[in-house]
Amino acid sequence: MNVKALLLCLLPVAGHSQGFAGLGTVVDGFAVPQRDKPFDFPADHGAHDDYRIEWWYLTANLKSDDGTDYGLQWTLFRSALSPDSGSGWTTPQLWMGHAAVTTPTAHYVSERLGRGGIGQAGVNADPFTAWIDDWELSGNWNTMQMSASGADFSYDMGLIAQGPFVFHGDNGFSVKSAEGQASYYYSQPYFDIVGALNLPDGKVPVEGIAWLDREWSSQPLGANQTGWDWFSLSFDDGAKLMGFRLNQTDGTHFTSATWIEPDGTSTPMPDGAFNAVPLAQNGQGVPVDWQVTLPEHGVDVTVEAINDNAWMTTSVPYWEGPVTVTGSHEGRGYLEMTGYE
Amino acid sequence: MTRTTLHALLSHWWRSPLQLFTLLAGLALATALWSGVQAVNAEARASYSAAATTLDEGRYDRLLRRDGQPIDLEAYVALRRAGWLVSPVITGRLNNVRIVGVEPLTAPGSMGALEMADGADVERFLAGQGQMFASADVADRLPEFEVIISQNAAPNTAVTDIGIAQQILGRPGEIDSLVIAPNQPASQVDLQQIAPDLIRQQAQASTDVAQLTDSFHLNLTAFGLLSFAVGIFIVNGAIGLAFEQRRPVVRTLRALGVPLRRLVLLMAAELMFFAFIAGAVGVVLGYAIAALLLPDVAATLRGLYGADVSGTLQLRPSWWLSGLAIALGGTAVAAAGALWKLSRMPLLAGAQQRALAMAAGRRAWAQALGAGVLLAIYAILSVTAEGLIAGFTLLACLLVGAALALPFVLDRVLALASRGAKSVTSQWFWADTRQQLPGLSLALMALLLAMAANVGVSTMVSSFRTTFTGFLEQRLTSELYINTADPAQAAAFVAYATPRVDAVLPIMFTQITIADQPTEIYGTRDHATYRENWKMLEGAAGHWDTTFAGDTIIINEQLARRAGLSIGDPVSVQGRQMPIAGIYGDYGNPIGQAIIGEHLFETLYPSITPDRFGLRIDPAKAPDFVAELTRDTDVSAAQVINQAGIKALSLEVFERTFTVTTALNILTLAVAGFAILMSLLTLAAMRVPQLAPAWAMGMTRAQLGRLELLRAVLLAMLTAVFALPLGLALAWALLSVVNVAAFGWKLPMYLFPLDYARLGVFALLAAALAALWPARRLARTPPADLLKVFSNER
Repeated sequence: MNVKALLLCLLPVAGHSQGFAGLGTVVDGFAVPQRDKPFDFPADHGAHDDYRIEWWYLTANLKSDDGTDYGLQWTLFRSALSPDSGSGWTTPQLWMGHAAVTTPTAHYVSERLGRGGIGQAGVNADPFTAWIDDWELSGNWNTMQMSASGADFSYDMGLIAQGPFVFHGDNGFSVKSAEGQASYYYSQPYFDIVGALNLPDGKVPVEGIAWLDREWSSQPLGANQTGWDWFSLSFDDGAKLMGFRLNQTDGTHFTSATWIEPDGTSTPMPDGAFNAVPLAQNGQGVPVDWQVTLPEHGVDVTVEAINDNAWMTTSVPYWEGPVTVTGSHEGRGYLEMTGYE
Repeated sequence: MTRTTLHALLSHWWRSPLQLFTLLAGLALATALWSGVQAVNAEARASYSAAATTLDEGRYDRLLRRDGQPIDLEAYVALRRAGWLVSPVITGRLNNVRIVGVEPLTAPGSMGALEMADGADVERFLAGQGQMFASADVADRLPEFEVIISQNAAPNTAVTDIGIAQQILGRPGEIDSLVIAPNQPASQVDLQQIAPDLIRQQAQASTDVAQLTDSFHLNLTAFGLLSFAVGIFIVNGAIGLAFEQRRPVVRTLRALGVPLRRLVLLMAAELMFFAFIAGAVGVVLGYAIAALLLPDVAATLRGLYGADVSGTLQLRPSWWLSGLAIALGGTAVAAAGALWKLSRMPLLAGAQQRALAMAAGRRAWAQALGAGVLLAIYAILSVTAEGLIAGFTLLACLLVGAALALPFVLDRVLALASRGAKSVTSQWFWADTRQQLPGLSLALMALLLAMAANVGVSTMVSSFRTTFTGFLEQRLTSELYINTADPAQAAAFVAYATPRVDAVLPIMFTQITIADQPTEIYGTRDHATYRENWKMLEGAAGHWDTTFAGDTIIINEQLARRAGLSIGDPVSVQGRQMPIAGIYGDYGNPIGQAIIGEHLFETLYPSITPDRFGLRIDPAKAPDFVAELTRDTDVSAAQVINQAGIKALSLEVFERTFTVTTALNILTLAVAGFAILMSLLTLAAMRVPQLAPAWAMGMTRAQLGRLELLRAVLLAMLTAVFALPLGLALAWALLSVVNVAAFGWKLPMYLFPLDYARLGVFALLAAALAALWPARRLARTPPADLLKVFSNER
């Protein structure tokens, strides 16, 4: 393994560390999320250098004029080697960007890495700008702009928020395991998005809906948790569901979900309320079709990938792509699956 | 039967251990020289390729500041933010170790193929705590740092994070170049908009160390090959002799019913076994030679080209396998003729003792004919040869042709000399020398090739040195060179310096293409410096006058050869047509270069202002001027380059080159001397019947011994005389044909009579030393042995 690969592994994976991508490893010195700590905006839109890991994570379900489905991802990860901010080359803050565009037949991926402290990548809380290289997400949280590029694609999008922020778990304190590992987690699931994708076959004007997740922690996974299956579903009746299933080494699961009413009222769901059962795997052994149930709200839906091969060939590989929802509720959404390498 | 036959065949070697020794030693020495040189080359090339993966050696396109100054962090971040996937690199030296600072997160590909060892701590590497990756010998020289030993690290290089590198090199915030990743995003802002002061250097146009050093390696390879040819002559001689002497054994064995096929196979197997042993010994010796030479070679390459080569040798399968293969192949070539003759020999023929000499006599004419054909091919090729293969064919024809012609030429010379002989003794001396010639001819051929190789290669190396130092004189005429930081400093500097020095010569250039070739074009001020020092390979009358007037252009040899341009051809620069007025030598430069007048350059490229200047000043006043300059202006001492220092460094480097060449010279001569010794020793026993009558007629044994010594020296002298023109022809072929084919530039040939004289003395010394022992043995031959000749004679 060469140095670079090893460095990438640390960001945030270490081969021998626990859980997916090292997220289950205890690291001393970092801050730990606390229940009932109030959010402080706009500061909390920015980076929290004293936490080990943090992300700004946007996914979008898009349609072109001819009705073709597209998926889009824009993600900025922050990973800290130590809980200092530092400056210049010596800063321990490392940044990783993932961007993707998924079509029914293709999946375009790009990854960027960068150092904090020199201006190549970072996040400003106010006015809000998150960037790595030429990729940027910025705006006042009502109207925002977003762009990214890869060797074979690029996009330039505008976003307009149509609803409030949603806080998961206990007012944004999202528990991830029976042992109590947790993260701060809130979302803006109400973006309308419009713009253009530049693909190898040409420019495609698209519009649709987008969902932005903000999450930070220092040890979000339990030591026995190997990965997760995460769903963000937007139903045609205006309700939304965020649910995830954390997979544990003994074959059991820890689940958590948030039920979001069309008006933005949210209800956290305890472990076990949300259920996701794989229906079919793709050639790689990744379950791309699921039966998702939330009996308390009458949800019993089949979730199917628009493109089974939405594998993110990034330094930490995972599956991330747009899905369609049928059954008790109709709709669309995004599915992320980790730990299937 | 096989076992008995083998036993009978091998018994020959038991009876003649000296011959066995000759065979083994000759082959081992030849293999040693060959594989030693190959080892040095292989090591150097491995070093280059390791270095090439550390990012700053031209594998990727790079961005550099047009003015050669460091790039600042803001420019790097601006490029990244504009979608340019570039990665910063800084290099420098610390404790004479090359420090390469890279940014591991953005570096394209792998970061120098460094294998991570246990104990590597990525956090420490990234978080600025001083971790480095390097080979073990480098680690010893950087005791104050935490060095992770890496097997694949480039020699003499430590790779570390750019933040650390900037800090330990004392260059905070500076970046030397930005490596451009091969896959760039689909959308990207134009470079000119973001960083107009950066220029893109193509990967192939950047300093390609391997290309530059190829010339040096070609010298070494030529030397290795020639040494091996010398060795093969020795082996050929030993095998030929052994086969001749074993004719009676072969006859007897065949008469006893051993099938010819099996006999030939057994003899071939026996030789291959010897070749294998000798090859193995040769590879070990070669390793020793390489280990001795490598530090000097490494120093030469570092000084000449700035290429870092490991000073310690690694056992690489490629070269020891090639050493063994060439030993086996060489033996096969040398033995093929003998085995073929054996298979064609009538059953009962050829037990005669004098077969060797007689056959040699019969062969002489055929050999001379062969030599004539080969030399004729050489003559034709020397006019027509183009390309590397033709070049090497040319070399082969010349060397083999000359070697084959040697016995014939020597025989004619000796025949001529014997005509002038008056006394009986001298007549007998000449006749006996001619008689001995066939037996010694192989050894003399070896000496001829060794000497020719020495003359050829040292002429080549010396011509290279003379040319290169002349070239440095020409290029570094100005006593001082100043790099200014920006146009304001440049203007202030010109205003300050102009009244204080003899001349201020601005150096301004830009990258263009001429005749589809990437070219650096320079605008040059009309000054005697150029008129007096720049030598043209070809020049039209008044080429400087017309060029300074803006009417013509002068180009370098590389551009002329690649684009097929010659004097008078028009070329287009910025749409302006100009004829070529001169072509100058530009040794070691991989890309095209052109010169136009200063005023024309300013018209064609108004945006480019000079930031480098050459200063003409009395060398004695230079130090004071620099002191005043740095005191009175904001030009720092680091921006001033003193030409004398550069030249001294270059010359020191050439001395190293000569150490290597001299070592190889001595080795090849030793091999040739050894061949003479072995031939004389082998012949000694056979010559007793010829010497006995001379002794019986009153010559003392001491006299005979002295004559024996004299004969060896005489033959060596004649060979040396013949070797000189051959060596010069060889040097010419290397410089004018092979070099042009390989690198696109021709080296002028210079002659070094003193060197040749010294070499001649060495050759005579080697021959005399080789003959001393056989002569002494002869002088002490017991009279009884000489008497026995008469009693035994049938």
